Amino acid sequence: MRTVADLLIAHPFFADLDEGLVRTLGRCSRNVHVSSGAHLFREGEVADQFFVVRSGRVALDVHVPGRVTEVVATVDAGEVVGWSWFVPPYRWFFDARAVTEVSAVSVDASCIRERCEADPALGFLLMQRVAQVMYQRLQATRLQMLDLYQAGRGA
Amino acid sequence: MPDPLLPRRFRVLEVRRDTHDTVTMDLAALDGADLGFVPGQFTMLQVFGVGEVPISVSGDPARGCRLTHTVRDVGGATRALCAVTPGDVVGVRGAFGRGWQVDDGAGGDVLVIAGGIGLAPLRPAVLAVLRDRLAYRRVSVLYGARSPAELLFPDELEKWAADGDLDVDVTLDHATPEWVGRVGVVTDLVPRARFDPARTLALVCGPEVMMRYVAAALTASGVPAHRIRLSMERNMRCGVGLCGHCQLREHLVCVDGPVFGLDRVRPLLDTKEL
Repeated sequence: MRTVADLLIAHPFFADLDEGLVRTLGRCSRNVHVSSGAHLFREGEVADQFFVVRSGRVALDVHVPGRVTEVVATVDAGEVVGWSWFVPPYRWFFDARAVTEVSAVSVDASCIRERCEADPALGFLLMQRVAQVMYQRLQATRLQMLDLYQAGRGA
Repeated sequence: MPDPLLPRRFRVLEVRRDTHDTVTMDLAALDGADLGFVPGQFTMLQVFGVGEVPISVSGDPARGCRLTHTVRDVGGATRALCAVTPGDVVGVRGAFGRGWQVDDGAGGDVLVIAGGIGLAPLRPAVLAVLRDRLAYRRVSVLYGARSPAELLFPDELEKWAADGDLDVDVTLDHATPEWVGRVGVVTDLVPRARFDPARTLALVCGPEVMMRYVAAALTASGVPAHRIRLSMERNMRCGVGLCGHCQLREHLVCVDGPVFGLDRVRPLLDTKEL
């Protein structure tokens, strides 16, 4: 039978990390299933976990008063949802909604933070992974901000 | 051989509205002679008395009797073209330029990567690949658009995906919660696509910034530069390399392009003044 740690080891986010370290993280994790349309978290709530998506699609929604809700990004299998757990004040900035049925591993944020503080090497490795996700999202967001496909901006 | 500077008269057979500012039109030559083109080539389309613009052919190369163009209203001549109705007559010169040379991908994987209206010049390449599907291995279409309302050829994308002859992956810059597909940038689709980098031919068309980042993602994946082809857009006028309006440093886009291998244009993509 596969443990939660096995699920993390098989996930691209933890690829090439020392298996022992990932098993340590597994002790802070649980397997979750989220129905289509349900929320993983909502804006303003305490960011007390992050999600390692195994299957399905998650949309990050933002509500703009006076306008319709907009999806600013989607996260698919092989990716992770959320980094607000990593940075004070640990509050979600967007809603995360399951577009399809989602299977994920939920990782307890305070548990992970405690382990990272106790083991700086683990903290650094995890920081590198999270920074990589943040970097990719930032690059994507910048490109989206350019609104390249608007008329008069090239092909 | 007809004079390439003289427009031929084509009748508008059908006009389809793709999005709020884009239409696709089918044309037939009044003299009955097929135009003939290869995927990636463009023509100079003219509304008499208004102006002439370069527009890539977006139709099926196997249907030579029907010339198809997809035009976006960005002002002047394109606005007049978007307003044509069946029965109108427009001028056509061409087809001009070097195309995608899709056959180079035979025996390997083909990645078609489009942004916005850049899907239109790639459509003939996709249709050519589908017509000779067994000559290729995995074929993927990666498409980025602005919003659900601005997706080009949505029915055809759906059909291509449903038929299973190729993988179709679409992502949008913005969407409302009704959209169940991806939201993000087309560059992020590259690492998700299934292809063997050493045996892949990548055809890329979209805004130049988008092509620059896609080219970087493909290069990072290991696709050789000469197997990455980009369609460059410049101000083509004569179409035959005489006027120099479309000069891109040492290249004249109308005759040396519009499709270039990345190995030929990579330094130019990073040069701000060009």
